[in-house]
Amino acid sequence: MQFFGGGSLTSVAPEVTPSPAAPPGTGTGANAQVLYVFNRNGVCLLYREWHRPLHTLDPTQDHKLMFGLLFSLRSFTAKIDPTTAEKGNLGVPLLPGQGCSFYSFKTNTYKLNFMESPSGIKLILISHPRTGDQRDSLKHIYNLYVEYVVKNPLYAPGTPIK
Amino acid sequence: MALAAIYSLFIINKSGGLIYYKDYGSARRIDTNDSLRLASLWHSMHAISQQLSPIPGCTGIDLLQAHNFDLHCFQSLTGTKFFVVCETGAQNMETLLKVIYELYTDFVLKNPFYEMEMPIRCELFDLNLAQVIHKDRVALLGR
Repeated sequence: MQFFGGGSLTSVAPEVTPSPAAPPGTGTGANAQVLYVFNRNGVCLLYREWHRPLHTLDPTQDHKLMFGLLFSLRSFTAKIDPTTAEKGNLGVPLLPGQGCSFYSFKTNTYKLNFMESPSGIKLILISHPRTGDQRDSLKHIYNLYVEYVVKNPLYAPGTPIK
Repeated sequence: MALAAIYSLFIINKSGGLIYYKDYGSARRIDTNDSLRLASLWHSMHAISQQLSPIPGCTGIDLLQAHNFDLHCFQSLTGTKFFVVCETGAQNMETLLKVIYELYTDFVLKNPFYEMEMPIRCELFDLNLAQVIHKDRVALLGR
């Protein structure tokens, strides 16, 4: 699945490392509609849309709302988790990996797939409601991010990806 | 096949207040204040998710999948939300929610002493709900 072409990111040395292999079973990626990547502090590092007929809010508001929703949702799932015996605290900012986290939610018009890396990078993929489990696709995107963005010496962490 | 055992049931009124909470086997029972907070939190998030939809006509979150549990939500036309926390991969939760909605309309709304949007204190509702959940559980364990 090609989400961003290799040519859109600048790099000093020629590409020696091969691209991470796409997971088996991924088609042409025609199901993806919107992609967000946030860092730990809520800065939106990447926003791509391929198919979005409705824009409710302007982009900055939209990013803030999305980040806020995910932040609260993580707090909610950590607290409501019926399988742990410890009492979580609602409202306390959670570390990545702390408490039970969700990986997807579905509405009648869209499905949101979420992945958080141990460093706090949050990947959100919005797709058609009938799409299957996208956890592998998100891992693949995260690998691309690590390969081309983090290892790029010209990239300053915490700034939007160009 | 995973048992469709539910861990808990919440019913929220149209303003987001919790009107019914029943626990069926969580590792620890959530205390009243926390259950109220969680219900309001869910209500707001359900509303926000409608705002973020790329396609018009979104009616909010139907299913939330986490690593340890699934959460199925049903919203009636009047805005009352019913959600169950259940095991991952549980089947037939939508049918269960519809059945609970039917019980709600029969034993709560038709109860002349019940005030709208207030916490549910109807014996018949509790009784029938317990029967439905038990029957569901027995049916699955029997398979």
